[in-house]
Amino acid sequence: MLFGFPLLSLVIWLPIFIGILVFATGGDHNARLAKWLALMGSVLSLLVAIPLYTQFDPIMSGMQFVEYHAWIERFNIHYHLGVDGVAVPLILLNCFTTPLVVIASWQVISNRVSQYMGAFLVMSGIVNGVFSSLDAILFFVFWETSLIPMFLIIGIWGGPNRVYAAIKFFLYTLMGSLLMLVAFIYLYNVSGGSFSILDYHKLPLPFVPQILIFVAFLMAFAVKLPMWPVHTWLPDAHVEAPTGGSVVLAAILLKLGGYGFLRFSLPIVPDASQYLAGMMIGLSLIAVVYIGLVALVQTDMKKLIAYSSVSHMGFVTLGFFLFNAYGIEGAMVQIISHGFISGAMFLCVGVMYDRLHSRQISDYGGVANKMPIFAAFFMLFALANAGLPGTSGFVGEFMVIMAAIKVNFWYAFFAATTLVFGAAYTLWMYKRVVFGVVASPGVEGLTDVTGREILILTILATAVLWLGVYPLPLMEMMHTTVDGLLAHIAHSKL
Amino acid sequence: MIEMQKLYLLVPMAPLAGALIAGLFGRLIGTTWSHRVTIALMLVCVAASIAVFVDVLKGNVYNGSVYTWMTSGATHFEIGFLIDRLSATMMVVVSFVSLMVHIYTIGYMREDPGYQRFFSYISLFTFSMLMLVMANNFLQLFFGWEAVGLVSYLLIGFWYTRPTAIYANLKAFLVNRVGDFGFLLGIGLVLMYFGTLDYATVFAQAPQMAAQTIEIIPGLPWMLMSAICIFLFIGAMGKSAQFPLHVWLPDSMEGPTPISALIHAATMVTAGIFMVARMSPLFELSDTALSVILVIGGITTLFMALVAIVQNDIKRVVAYSTLSQLGYMTVALGASAYSAAIFHLMTHAFFKSVLFLGAGSVIIAMHHEQDMRKMGGLKKYMPITYWTMFFAALANVGVPGFSGFFSKDAIIEAVHFAAIPGANFAYLCVLITVFVTAFYTFRMLFMTFHGRPRMDHHPKEHLQESPWVITLPLIVLVVPAIGAGWLIESMLFGDYFGSAIQTGSQHEAIAKMATQFHGVWGMMTHAFTTMPFWFLVGGIFTAWYFYMVKINLPEKIKQIFGPLYTLLERKYYIDEFYSWFFVGGARALGRGLWKFGDVKIIDGFFVNGTARVVVWTAMLVRRFQSGYIYHYAFTMIVGVFVLMSLWLYRT
Repeated sequence: MLFGFPLLSLVIWLPIFIGILVFATGGDHNARLAKWLALMGSVLSLLVAIPLYTQFDPIMSGMQFVEYHAWIERFNIHYHLGVDGVAVPLILLNCFTTPLVVIASWQVISNRVSQYMGAFLVMSGIVNGVFSSLDAILFFVFWETSLIPMFLIIGIWGGPNRVYAAIKFFLYTLMGSLLMLVAFIYLYNVSGGSFSILDYHKLPLPFVPQILIFVAFLMAFAVKLPMWPVHTWLPDAHVEAPTGGSVVLAAILLKLGGYGFLRFSLPIVPDASQYLAGMMIGLSLIAVVYIGLVALVQTDMKKLIAYSSVSHMGFVTLGFFLFNAYGIEGAMVQIISHGFISGAMFLCVGVMYDRLHSRQISDYGGVANKMPIFAAFFMLFALANAGLPGTSGFVGEFMVIMAAIKVNFWYAFFAATTLVFGAAYTLWMYKRVVFGVVASPGVEGLTDVTGREILILTILATAVLWLGVYPLPLMEMMHTTVDGLLAHIAHSKL
Repeated sequence: MIEMQKLYLLVPMAPLAGALIAGLFGRLIGTTWSHRVTIALMLVCVAASIAVFVDVLKGNVYNGSVYTWMTSGATHFEIGFLIDRLSATMMVVVSFVSLMVHIYTIGYMREDPGYQRFFSYISLFTFSMLMLVMANNFLQLFFGWEAVGLVSYLLIGFWYTRPTAIYANLKAFLVNRVGDFGFLLGIGLVLMYFGTLDYATVFAQAPQMAAQTIEIIPGLPWMLMSAICIFLFIGAMGKSAQFPLHVWLPDSMEGPTPISALIHAATMVTAGIFMVARMSPLFELSDTALSVILVIGGITTLFMALVAIVQNDIKRVVAYSTLSQLGYMTVALGASAYSAAIFHLMTHAFFKSVLFLGAGSVIIAMHHEQDMRKMGGLKKYMPITYWTMFFAALANVGVPGFSGFFSKDAIIEAVHFAAIPGANFAYLCVLITVFVTAFYTFRMLFMTFHGRPRMDHHPKEHLQESPWVITLPLIVLVVPAIGAGWLIESMLFGDYFGSAIQTGSQHEAIAKMATQFHGVWGMMTHAFTTMPFWFLVGGIFTAWYFYMVKINLPEKIKQIFGPLYTLLERKYYIDEFYSWFFVGGARALGRGLWKFGDVKIIDGFFVNGTARVVVWTAMLVRRFQSGYIYHYAFTMIVGVFVLMSLWLYRT
């Protein structure tokens, strides 16, 4: 354990600092420099985050790598950082994704390169801040600033309808978080002037305030995740976002919502969480079934994967609100796994989009004839998306279904429909895009993946298979934290 | 013991290595080295399997973990092996048939551009199937279960430019997923009530759970064991293509023929049968589940055999025959004659792969023509193919002395002795099917190999026997197809499976049969006095009369029984119903939810509606700030007037 060394600060501020350096390279005549700087910076950020895994003590309960400094003393606000067994995997996922996005955007983005690359690095640091903040105001600041880079990425480098999508994304998520701020101020008052999240965990609260706080948090996290019925910003945002933006949005930004439930809703208002669990489970199952059906009829590949994300995120909330170890750990695995798989799926669509400039399924057909290596990668990720055992996509879904059956058979029944729907929408799309005879002159002109693309896809494929075949290391990181959380929830705060 | 564990690991790992080498480096090492490497590794796999089998015959049983997949709560999920007589038998059958198919593939796929990919897939399949049969827990079983489904998907769609192939593989995967849906719920119930997925622990605790009830529908208690077993069996229905989840198997014939033999006849489709036999300690506790199995099996046996009568595609005849034979195995499971089911599984693996590979040999000779109406008289051109297929056909219909006779007769007898509800129905089905089987099998032989050649001039000139890589597997496989039946005495009545298969004392079909069993010769001589034999003779005779003597009779019958014929030809309209109801229904529902739910209500009303309300309010409020003094003055006067009136009124 590296006591005293501000590792978390480094993990947060290093990418932001390098991001600013990348901005400073200026116009596109320096694009090469910007790219290389961004790549070095993102890889370096990943490397400095590795001690979080190696030095993390999975047996110890409570926060690790804690940093605590006064920030705004007038309101008792602190620069308070620390991570536990659910935050570390998310930080690592985030640091892992950024270099991939930088490499994926290498040749695709040609205007304002430095700003594009810099935005991703800055966002990476901000998101690490979200996952490691233990002060509510610090958290809120990171949470809200994380919107800005993505807003710009969609709004500047997005598709034709990017302004509508960017504004919808921004307003939707901003509206959600405002109530969260209100909840924080309320908690500040009743706790006698503390913004410490760990203080809130211990704070006794009567029933009605718990419900109100739960709803306030729900607004913020449900929009972010997103849950049905506040999911409609996501398909629009994905469709308009550039490939890199989609990858980060799906792999990282959605996870902020899931993390929020674990860090705030469940421990701060456990009684309300249990009281409203039925509603949460209901909404999650609607997400799984309803969105699964909607995904089936999409004609735009990115929209289809976006809907598929919503459906997969249904498993996350379902797992959280079943209140047993399988459920919460399964949901966490689902979060990490979805980071790999959805990222890979969006990259695959990106690979085709870069060549043919279309996301419409009907514009493709017979891609396997021209891009056999790509077809193999895409097949693997499609199957992972359909939850095939041996890939990471299976682990989370399996555990959550096992958790659900303990609580109520019918929860498991509806959740398990994803076995059929997930396979149907993913493989049907795959069939129409990749299989068949060459469908158009456009497809005829396709060339197979380049070395750069193979590199990214191989890294993701390894991650997907590794987590599917050997999820034990990830699970062992989380056990103590999840057990502690479950014990905490079991005590009423009333 | 340590040495044996390495051997166990070697059995699945050798084909996996082959799959990876041919798959990842296939282009690099070329076609010849691809098949050399995979076949060499398959030889290793077969040798290791046989060594394990021999060791198990000595009485060694192994149950142990390889590594911990993950832990959660108090549960450990392991990857591990259970090596007993049941799994060892399956290992030998699977690896042996697989090796033969590997060799056959050299000839069959010779000119295919996807040659290496094909070898990679079949080796991967062998790995998955071995992991499935060697599993010592439900989780790994499910892994193997889905993995074989995956390879089946990949192989049916092997020729991915054919619309029919990529339709068939999607269909196969999805129908299997419907079965897996039930299977996973069954596994979930096991985990919930037993707290583990380890076979040994679950089976040991099962008797204490026999009286446990579960309320899946509140207020309606069901026996837990029945619920678990029926859900598990739904999985078997998908994988082993039992009615009503059978629809994928005939379409799977779009895949290359070696696959039809390996996956869709000999091994993968028998996974469901194997699974139920493996779970015999659970199924024995639920007569309800056994009855369900009997009825489903009976329906599949008879009704799929009937469809085989009207098929003209040689592979489809064999495919429907497979469905029907799988029905036999299922019926045996329902009658608690698990060993008979596994026995038939084994003999069927041999004779059905000969039939498939033989059909493949015919198809190559005919330049990929599969319609039997364009064949005829092939016997003199392809003697090896003909004779191997002929013997396999005799086994398929169950002529005394051939393997299929022993295994099928055992099943018919077992159902006869079974005393649970549904047994009579199943007995009737399997009995009638003997006639139907004999009829369609010989119809196929006569149409293909006998009579007047009906092919065009061009293919006829090129007719010749297939090369040795194709005929050798046929010859090697036809030996057990003929002779494996003679193992009946030890496999069925000699406590061959030991504790691997458990039968409750109330289900005594096998025990009763044992008392009446007087050696294989006794069984054969006795057969001549029983109904199945004369049904069989009747079937062969009818086929001979229809297709050799009065060759225009079938056409007349077809016209007389027009609607019935159409019903069979359309396969009872099940496909049409499914694609209308389930596929069409899901798409219509999805479109409705999207266009109405997402676009109209959520986005249209709530999201954009909110935005619109904000805009309207702003427009409205804007009117008050026009900038004209007389507007403000007028508003002020009105305001003062209202306030004054209120004040006066209140006082």
